[in-house]
Amino acid sequence: MASTEIVHAHAAPQGFIRKYVFSLDHKVIGLQYYFLALIAVFVGMGLSLLMRIHLIWPTASLPIFGDIKPETYLMFVTMHGTIMVFFVLTTAPQGGFGNYFLPIQIGAPDMAFPTLNMLSFWTTFVAFVVLIAAFFVGAPLHGWTGYAPLSAVPSSGPGEGLGADLWITSIALFCAASLMGALNFITTTLDMRAKGMSMMRMPLTCWAWFITAILGLLAFGVLAAGGILLLMDRNLGTSFFVPGGLNFTGQTSFPPGGFSPSTDLVKHNGGSPLLWQHLFWFFGHPEVYIAIVPGMGVASQLLSTFSRKPIFGYRAMVYAMLAIGILGFVVWGHHMFMSGMSPYSAFAFSIMTMAIGVPSAIKTFNWIGTIYKGRVRFHTPMLFAIGFVSLFVSGGLSGPFLAQPVLDIPLHDTAYVPGHFHLIMGVAAIFGIFAATYYWFPKMFGHMMNETLGRWHFFITLVGTYSIFMPMHYLGMAGQPRRYSQLTEVAYLHPLIPLNRFMTYAAIVTIAGQFIFLFNLFWSMAKGRKAADNPWEATTLEWTTATPPPHDNFGGRTPVVNHGPYEYSVPGAPRDYVMQNDPATAPVH
Amino acid sequence: MADAAVHHDIAGVYEPSLFGTYSKKIGMWLFLASDSLTFGALLFAYSYGRVSNPSWPTPFGKESIINATIMTACLLSSSLTMVLGVLAAHRGDKIRTRNWLFATMFFGAAFVLLHGMEWSKLIHEGMTPFTNPWAPSVPQFGGTFFTLTGMHMLHVTIGVIYLGVVALRKKFLPVLLLLWLIGWLATPASNVFHLGVHVLLIGAVVAAMVLFLHPKDYDSHDVEVSGLYWHFVDLVWMFIFPLVYLMSTRV
Repeated sequence: MASTEIVHAHAAPQGFIRKYVFSLDHKVIGLQYYFLALIAVFVGMGLSLLMRIHLIWPTASLPIFGDIKPETYLMFVTMHGTIMVFFVLTTAPQGGFGNYFLPIQIGAPDMAFPTLNMLSFWTTFVAFVVLIAAFFVGAPLHGWTGYAPLSAVPSSGPGEGLGADLWITSIALFCAASLMGALNFITTTLDMRAKGMSMMRMPLTCWAWFITAILGLLAFGVLAAGGILLLMDRNLGTSFFVPGGLNFTGQTSFPPGGFSPSTDLVKHNGGSPLLWQHLFWFFGHPEVYIAIVPGMGVASQLLSTFSRKPIFGYRAMVYAMLAIGILGFVVWGHHMFMSGMSPYSAFAFSIMTMAIGVPSAIKTFNWIGTIYKGRVRFHTPMLFAIGFVSLFVSGGLSGPFLAQPVLDIPLHDTAYVPGHFHLIMGVAAIFGIFAATYYWFPKMFGHMMNETLGRWHFFITLVGTYSIFMPMHYLGMAGQPRRYSQLTEVAYLHPLIPLNRFMTYAAIVTIAGQFIFLFNLFWSMAKGRKAADNPWEATTLEWTTATPPPHDNFGGRTPVVNHGPYEYSVPGAPRDYVMQNDPATAPVH
Repeated sequence: MADAAVHHDIAGVYEPSLFGTYSKKIGMWLFLASDSLTFGALLFAYSYGRVSNPSWPTPFGKESIINATIMTACLLSSSLTMVLGVLAAHRGDKIRTRNWLFATMFFGAAFVLLHGMEWSKLIHEGMTPFTNPWAPSVPQFGGTFFTLTGMHMLHVTIGVIYLGVVALRKKFLPVLLLLWLIGWLATPASNVFHLGVHVLLIGAVVAAMVLFLHPKDYDSHDVEVSGLYWHFVDLVWMFIFPLVYLMSTRV
């Protein structure tokens, strides 16, 4: 098995198909993930626009979908959530940037299992196609959480037939793809680090991808099991999640003599919808950290680089991320306070949830400590990294409120909860993706992105997203329920309509702002200023190699690492940054 | 699977790997970690259904328990032969490795066969995924039984195919196709395994893709990694046997 000369595991591919379609190169696969997420995010964003428009102009007929019925609105909710959570927030930061930069940042020529990596992407791609196919047969109504019994009984509503089967199939495929990706990331991190790249010299982005992969490895297996049981309930007649006595026949009043078991009632009994909630949220809560932790890594990397200062408390950052990951597996019950769980369980879940505030606060203070008294360079990626911290704090502060059962129970089914998770898990994670895009674009495409357009994009997005999601907290406290498609039908919601109208206008402006980003992205690929190998004067290994990196990342040699990841402004050093593979020097005192 | 991991065999170019081991082994351990969570979730679903249904049936009589005990003995023996196979592989003894792998596959196949016969018997008695003759008000009994044991049986079947590929490479494909044909012809059309045996055909297609797209010699590392998988599948049964069978004994 062992050969003595250093050759790349697979030769540089020839021909279009092997080079760009079924490529084994982690960099090509990373870009494939990124562009898949880019397509997905525009689909998901379009759906959110349709929802916001319908809330304000409920009688308006929309293109393609025509008149919007309540079930059409719920279909938008389901598809928006599923596309955004799985195919954007999970796909872009981990599959996209993680794939591209994890091997380069640790000095490896590729992932540990390149074939598995390719399979992982193409499985994700098929999962996306299957999900989009659900649009054409009537998409399901059950939300991205797929709560039973709505999701478990095909006759429970329009779209819950074939559409829901496609939805579950897509999720199951996505689980398989994520497992392949996760074990590849972990093995690569453990096994492929260049000489001198000890775990505690890895950039925090690598730590973030590594921890995210562990979360994915342990969480997606449980969702896969839940998906199998759900498919069996739907198609084999089992009743894991379906209790007895359900009526989906459309009868709204109790008929004299009761429902007829043979014709009216669903032929299941003894199952428990709560079982689905347990299985789903055991996956679902780690999933929100799968979305946000890579953003934390990117923010740490960028704040240090653009403040020209070492990251404040490197070890504390690593341990905080580990703590967030571990705690993330023991708090799933806080999504289920409404389910009538024992107050003792709720208390335990509540305490654990609030404990997550501690490592989160450690990270926040360390970020602030990093930029404090730094010589900050406000390039676009830095703006988005600061925006990430801002949104992480704003969205995170409502977390301890929702973590308490007494507050969660009145707030849970209101707009307060979407306000909370959109700020912290949605927009903050998206800011992480934007920051990473502006930061690594020069390395990936050899050109700089336009700074002016980048700044416009940043300010429109920051002000716009705050304008959309901050008022949701207020609406929630005022009692506006989630998932209602029409506010006009409920008298007490009428005073809230002007605020909703403002949010819709803000959404339209914000979405328009995203086309600035799209234009900047493609325009800069062709026309952007040529990028130097290390335009940001950063220290990590991806900036030591050519732009864009060669097939084996370092052109036949393997870097030797002598320094930590964030040695900026080192006294006595010739430049204000020491790259990780610079020669070792005697310590300066 | 490709071998970028070959690199870290070269001293001084890479950091020493975790526990001095190789990528494929870490990858398999990680897969097993994930798979144990999947089985954990299924066992959780089973336990949840069981504790919330006070009238859970206990239909397994002497015959079933003896059968399940023989199945358990098969799997335990197969773990022993697997260990001997791995030891032989590390010694470089190709003939013995192959023979021990054959023994392991034999016990695995015997397990699947015995289990299949038991399934057929239970189905004949009227058990389905949504009902059972012993406690009609507890449909979860059939559902959890068939899900758990079916998922495990699938894992054992995949394991036998995996070992066959490691032991015989391309020569295993005709054997597998023959097994599929025999299984298909030997089961009556009304039997659930008349359809289920097509898993072997799917396995043969996947094995052929792996063997032809990525031809290579399997070394002692591959034997060890396949052994990890095999022991894990045995271990899962050591949870299923007491939880599903021994706790549902008719006394």
